[in-house]
Amino acid sequence: MRVLLVDDEWQFVEALAERLQLRGFDALVAYDGPSALELLGQGGVGLVVLDLRMPDMDGLEVLRRIKESWPKTQVIIATGHGDEEDRRQCLELGAFAFLSKPLNIKELSGLLKEAWEMVA
Amino acid sequence: MSAKVGDILRTIRPRWVALYRPSFWVDRARRYCYIWALSIALLAVVSLVPLTLMVTYVYQSSEQAIYKENVLRILRLTSNTRRTVTSFFEQRLNALRFTVQVESYSYLKRSDHLAGVLKNLKYGFGRIVDLGVIDASGIQVAYTGPFELTGKDYSGQDWFKKTAEQGAYVSDVFLGYRGVPHMIVAVRWGNGQGEDFVLRATLDMEGLSEILHSLELSERSVSFIINRDGIIQTPSRRYGELLEKMCCIPMPEYSEHTEVFETGGEGGNPLMVGYAYIANSPFILLLVKEKSEIMQNWYGLRQNLIIFFLGSLVVIFLVCYVIPTYMIESLYAAEQTQARAIHRLEETARLASLGRLAAGVAHEINNPLAIINEKAGLIKDFITFKEEYKRDGRLEGLIDSVLESVERCGAVTKQLLGFARHTGVSVSTFPVRQVIADVLGFLEKEASYRNIALNLDIQDGLPPLVSDRGKLQQIFLNLINNAFQAVNDGGRIDIAAKTVDAERVAVSVSDNGCGISEENLQKIFDPFFSTKKGSGGTGLGLSITHGLVQRLGGQIAVASEIGKGTTFTVTLPIETKEVGDEGPTRG
Repeated sequence: MRVLLVDDEWQFVEALAERLQLRGFDALVAYDGPSALELLGQGGVGLVVLDLRMPDMDGLEVLRRIKESWPKTQVIIATGHGDEEDRRQCLELGAFAFLSKPLNIKELSGLLKEAWEMVA
Repeated sequence: MSAKVGDILRTIRPRWVALYRPSFWVDRARRYCYIWALSIALLAVVSLVPLTLMVTYVYQSSEQAIYKENVLRILRLTSNTRRTVTSFFEQRLNALRFTVQVESYSYLKRSDHLAGVLKNLKYGFGRIVDLGVIDASGIQVAYTGPFELTGKDYSGQDWFKKTAEQGAYVSDVFLGYRGVPHMIVAVRWGNGQGEDFVLRATLDMEGLSEILHSLELSERSVSFIINRDGIIQTPSRRYGELLEKMCCIPMPEYSEHTEVFETGGEGGNPLMVGYAYIANSPFILLLVKEKSEIMQNWYGLRQNLIIFFLGSLVVIFLVCYVIPTYMIESLYAAEQTQARAIHRLEETARLASLGRLAAGVAHEINNPLAIINEKAGLIKDFITFKEEYKRDGRLEGLIDSVLESVERCGAVTKQLLGFARHTGVSVSTFPVRQVIADVLGFLEKEASYRNIALNLDIQDGLPPLVSDRGKLQQIFLNLINNAFQAVNDGGRIDIAAKTVDAERVAVSVSDNGCGISEENLQKIFDPFFSTKKGSGGTGLGLSITHGLVQRLGGQIAVASEIGKGTTFTVTLPIETKEVGDEGPTRG
């Protein structure tokens, strides 16, 4: 289960990656949208955990491009300041789930497992 | 069109009602009361002074004009009558003068000749009763008439002497030898040769009475003649008996012309007296009218004037009261409305800026919070997953408490964002009962568990709301949740909904819990104000509720009494307009 974690807060993604690793996920990290898309382009990633507010390219744009290029890839949004409107937009664009930071690791890993079943 | 008129009337009507008890008076708004009193006083003075002056002027000048006119009328009448009376005597004196010029003494001495003269005079002038010829020694040498007076000696009599002195004489009225009121006129003739004699005629009083009678005076007026001693010469009705002293009227002063004076009269009834001294006679002609009678015209006019004045007073006082009261009441109402609007605006602006601040803080804190969460989570994971960290049991407890605190912080930031968020309103149509049922669905278990009585009182025929159902759910969830926290187990919560007017409904949530102090009541909608900080309240619930209610175009009010309970009342428009997102904070 290869998961790509995308967030400009590197401390956050690093810690989260390690925690997911401990829970049996194969975690990759990216600190911005373009590098995330690049990593996805290399293939082998079925799940993405994506922050919404990032410099250069925001999460919505990244989500849109992922869903264009790799429709089967499941994306879970994890944001610190999303509102109902963002949630609606993300779900419309095909996000698998919409979570608020700080995250509950059990909830996240549960959702990742569910999503993996869809990918696999 | 008629609807517009109705609207205008509706806006005016309450103020007309307020004329009776103006609200600035009830509220003891000093400045308004002062302006009100001042404008009433000014208006009253400005309108009453000229009116009073004008009415006084008209009153006086009309009275004077009418008085003068009446004086003139009396003068004219008196003057004309004087001429008539004078000519009455003059004519007869002239007739006697003519006779003595034309006829000789020797001719007149004979009574049969004298009778012929009397017949001619009676025919020509009338009112002559008899004629007599008196010689220089005062003996009546000839007489013709109904009495036998020949040979009578008049030498001692006053009139004989006066005639001898003055050449002609008109006597007072007197009874004389015959006991009948009469008067005499006499002329003297002298040729300087000792042949002097006096021709005397007696006049009956009918002549004078007739003249005076011909004036056709009214019941209460009278014209009569007195002599210069004030003895009444012709009937005077009420001012004294014939040949007695005149009463009630003072002797008029001598004047060559006709005069008018006013006198008290009897019983305080003023009299207007016109008089004239009749030349070459002892007579004074009097014309007496009661003032009340001749001023009759004036009394009518005066009454009209007084009615007009009093009527104007009433109207002016009414206008002086109504106009300032109405205007100042409107002004006061306008100022109050404005003050309320400003207050609301300030309140909204304050809450909005607090909201922005809160959202900013929430955003900035959320990211570090997420990092703390992950780092602490990782530590916990190490302890959980890796044997070498498991040795110290305390570490896990510490991490758990860090994670718990992070969770609490997360709850706060999430609510802060909710507070600041101004998402658009999306409306749908649904009954009020349904929203409340939605909310109670969450809470029924707790209610039965804590044995709380929930009473629902929804007015029959309440129109369905056109509003944002999600926001309303949040509003009522907050309010009912608060009520749950306020009441003890076994408490009671009443939820009531009814229409306020054609456009609004009010939903109230009452509890019989602990109540809120006056001091806290004022801060209750402020963000972060909480009385249950210790038990995890964020103090944002009611400020979010307040913001949501305003968002839907409604109002929220709270009433509370310590120990008795609290009632929140949300007044909502039945139809909320769909509003776009105005929120400044998103991201």
